[in-house]
Amino acid sequence: MSRDLLRFATAGSVDDGKSTLVGRLLYDTKSVLADQIEAVHRASVDKGLATPDLSLLVDGLRAEREQGITIDVAYRYFGTPVREFVLADTPGHVQYTRNTVTGASTAELAVLLVDARHGVVEQTRRHATVLALLRVPRLVLAINKIDLVDYDEAVLTAIAKDFAGLARSLGFPDDAVQTIPLSALVGDNVVDRSERTPWYDGPTLLGHLESVPVVAPEANAPFRMPVQYVIRPRTEALHDYRGYAGQVASGTVRPGDAVVVLPEGLHTTVSSVDTADGPLASAAAGRSVTILLTDDIDISRGDMIVAAGAEPRVTTEIDATLCWLADKPLRPGARLLLKHGTRTTQVIVGAPECRIDTDTLTEVEAETLGLNDIGRVTLRTADALPVDDYADIRATGSFLLIDPPTGNTLAAGLVGSPLALTPLTPLAP
Amino acid sequence: MTAPALDALDALESESIHIFREVAGEFDRPVILFSGGKDSTLLVHLAVKAFAPAPVPFPLLHVDTGHNFDEVIDFRDTLVERLGLRLEVAKVQDYIDDGRLVERADGTRNPLQTQPLLDSIVEGRFDAVFGGGRRDEERARAKERILSLRDAFGRWDPRKQRPELWNLYNGRHAAGEHVRVFPISNWTELDVWRYIQREQIELPTIYYAHQREVYKRDGMWLAEGPWGGPRGAETLEQLSVRYRTVGDGSCTGAVESTATTLDEIIAEVTASRLTERGATRADDRMSEAAMEDRKREGYF
Repeated sequence: MSRDLLRFATAGSVDDGKSTLVGRLLYDTKSVLADQIEAVHRASVDKGLATPDLSLLVDGLRAEREQGITIDVAYRYFGTPVREFVLADTPGHVQYTRNTVTGASTAELAVLLVDARHGVVEQTRRHATVLALLRVPRLVLAINKIDLVDYDEAVLTAIAKDFAGLARSLGFPDDAVQTIPLSALVGDNVVDRSERTPWYDGPTLLGHLESVPVVAPEANAPFRMPVQYVIRPRTEALHDYRGYAGQVASGTVRPGDAVVVLPEGLHTTVSSVDTADGPLASAAAGRSVTILLTDDIDISRGDMIVAAGAEPRVTTEIDATLCWLADKPLRPGARLLLKHGTRTTQVIVGAPECRIDTDTLTEVEAETLGLNDIGRVTLRTADALPVDDYADIRATGSFLLIDPPTGNTLAAGLVGSPLALTPLTPLAP
Repeated sequence: MTAPALDALDALESESIHIFREVAGEFDRPVILFSGGKDSTLLVHLAVKAFAPAPVPFPLLHVDTGHNFDEVIDFRDTLVERLGLRLEVAKVQDYIDDGRLVERADGTRNPLQTQPLLDSIVEGRFDAVFGGGRRDEERARAKERILSLRDAFGRWDPRKQRPELWNLYNGRHAAGEHVRVFPISNWTELDVWRYIQREQIELPTIYYAHQREVYKRDGMWLAEGPWGGPRGAETLEQLSVRYRTVGDGSCTGAVESTATTLDEIIAEVTASRLTERGATRADDRMSEAAMEDRKREGYF
């Protein structure tokens, strides 16, 4: 039987019990095996704990176990008979934007944790803002530790209402958010339905993850494919074979499609959508293929093949939203490298136009952007780039800013202003 | 009309092919680390598919501990011949012979691979080294990037990893540094077996159940070889076994099995209550942070 793959991310503040939730998902889906469980039991006994600490299943680095915190994004894998899951587990402390952006960038769904005793807090707003900015299509609000509020429906209703207001301000449609009351520690409503929440008739977390449709928004967008590599066998039998290798970034490509090669703007036609297993009748977003064209034109890595008549704009001036990921702040006027699709080019970054205050969802003045900041800038690139707004096509609307001397990734960039903000009143301290 | 989502194995295959092509496009001298095990055999299969109908544009490197299973070396040589690949071999034995490395008291040579590996990377001027590591194997690996920067000493610093966003891989590195690349990071053991079955990928015969003389040590079935044999009360027994991983003969254990087909192996893997490393790798049992420590030193 064919199973599909759901990539999702978890986000939450320190002590919301995220590692325990992830441990619980793995444990209750029997994705951790006897030797791993035995190791956790041993370590829990060593720490003097009465019950096994499931967070030890996921906190893998020495420093994490010593400090009892999660340092870095970790990827987890589990499966059920209907679906496979890739989970990006993103810690909520110091580098929260960096970690949440990383996890959200490949996620089709995000599980946002709040503590039932505290409800929506400042961190929740920050995380939800990043998830909205990155255009994660679906959210689960997991209200954790319901055992600590005596399974009180009124508490849950109040938190859900509070969060619905936030989600609407960030532009999430109502049907994109599922609220689930649960206890990761005890196991209520994670994999098994709890008898202690008779007032809750929604799905368990796993039930929801298994049944939510996996449809990337890019599937219905116009065709785009950055060229990664030119395949030329240069053998006698395949003397004229010249294929353009890449992963379909959006839309669908078929033999006979009229396409344009950017940035040059050359018009041609797809003659074949090839793979090692033979040609395909069509290839959709996510599929790695080799495209053959009817015309013999000069194409190389960094070019982009796109649907004719639905082309991205080709420009050297880009209005963008940046998530600053590095300790070293943005220096206005800095000359950096920009990686977009398969092309890396030089870029001059202008002064920030504003910074987004994630507590009030308003734009505030900023002279620079530092670690965890989100702000808007204008960029000037050395080479013209074919870009879409990130809100329309994530794959062709995203880029990295790289520090030339160290090679470090400084910022995640999103073309345009993917976040439509409705201001909120600040949370009471 | 909405296209159906890709099947999980198709999605994983496409992601791995994308990674191979990115590295081929951005690096000067990539190399595939190849042990003859199922994960590195899968890597070679994916590399072939990524560049077909052209040949794979980089060589293979085998860090040979000298503690090999004959079936695996035969398999390696046949595969290289059939695909017309170039193979380089770095031998731990050479290092022991001239004194650069010393045999460990426990006879295990897996930890000794790091030095020959790093030397080969320097000598071959390799700037990107593909490995078959998977994030589901071990907790320290779960935090590894798909493109993972190593300093001039080959070391991994988990706290200095670059964020990895979308499918945009940042492989920039200074002269002398290199990047380890893990194209099958997101595959699980079961994905690997299902894909091997779907693609009919040939593996060394020791992955299938066969009769072998083995002895029990620390709860694992070990085979006798140049690395040693039973000690004290340990005795050889003739059993039907197969291997779940292929590594240094001194510390790679077999599991009791009668699975002679891929269907039977997949049924066993699905039902298994032990991870492949927990079941069959003595070196990973050494300590809570065994893998993290070895990775920091430059191991895969």
